[in-house]
Amino acid sequence: MYKVKVYITLKESVLDPQGSAVQNSLHALTYNEVQEVRIGKYMELTLEKGDYDLDTRVKEMCEKLLANTVIEDYTYEVEEVIPS
Amino acid sequence: MKFAVIVFPGSNCDADMFHAIKDELGEEVEYVWHTEDNLDRFDGILLPGGFSYGDYLRSGAIARFARIMEAVKQAAEAGKPVLGVCNGFQVLLEAGLLPGAMKRNENLKFICRQVELIVENNETIFTTGYENHEVITIPVAHGDGNYYCDDETLQHLLDNKQIVFRYKDNINGSRDRIAGVCNENGNVLGMMPHPERAVDELLGSADGLQLFKSILRNWRETHVLTP
Repeated sequence: MYKVKVYITLKESVLDPQGSAVQNSLHALTYNEVQEVRIGKYMELTLEKGDYDLDTRVKEMCEKLLANTVIEDYTYEVEEVIPS
Repeated sequence: MKFAVIVFPGSNCDADMFHAIKDELGEEVEYVWHTEDNLDRFDGILLPGGFSYGDYLRSGAIARFARIMEAVKQAAEAGKPVLGVCNGFQVLLEAGLLPGAMKRNENLKFICRQVELIVENNETIFTTGYENHEVITIPVAHGDGNYYCDDETLQHLLDNKQIVFRYKDNINGSRDRIAGVCNENGNVLGMMPHPERAVDELLGSADGLQLFKSILRNWRETHVLTP
């Protein structure tokens, strides 16, 4: 089994209204050192091992459905999981 | 003229759309469930507002893969009028039938009220009934209506007169105050405001009815009617 951790973030060039609101809130709590907050999504996919190319398949999933590449970037990490 | 109102799980403005066509426009209309795969019997396709598939992941992202969407694409390619309102607009963006993407409203609030729109292009099949730069009143109800596109896309939209409606005041942070855009051929229109909820003075405005009348009038000009 594989565990794939997918991180979806708004592109650097895209303003993040949620992030700005949270940043303002941190400043209100006097954490003035916070320069920027960006909010994204984290997803964990558990994948069966098989006769497929993992990177190709995960990239396809990200680009077709998980991320909207007009406004979002994605990265992922793969961990091999040995079922107990 | 016969219209289809596409119904996804979570659509909630489908009945409003149906009412606008049947009772106010006086034309034929049918609900079409998302599992169907054929729209050949229809002349116009309407994607209503709501929260298709609960808007899980992103607005419109899951509906884009519904079986009926292949038929919607075919109808769009065949030149039939395709109108997506609110969530319907988001679905058209996710499906790549229109350029751009939606973000959360700039102020993060769900906005539900009448707004003033400027008709930026009255030469589309959807807007010939309006004057150019006419200000009309149409309600909005959305949380993810902050239209975004990159500089290149915006320039392309401007060059091809694809910006059909702008907000008079930028209520949600949309790029260039965009409230509605059409495709290059002009037969696919997506807009966040709800024209189907502005079809009778009783509703606070009847300004949306002209959009449906425009579709009908333009369709009749190019189709021979059989009794």
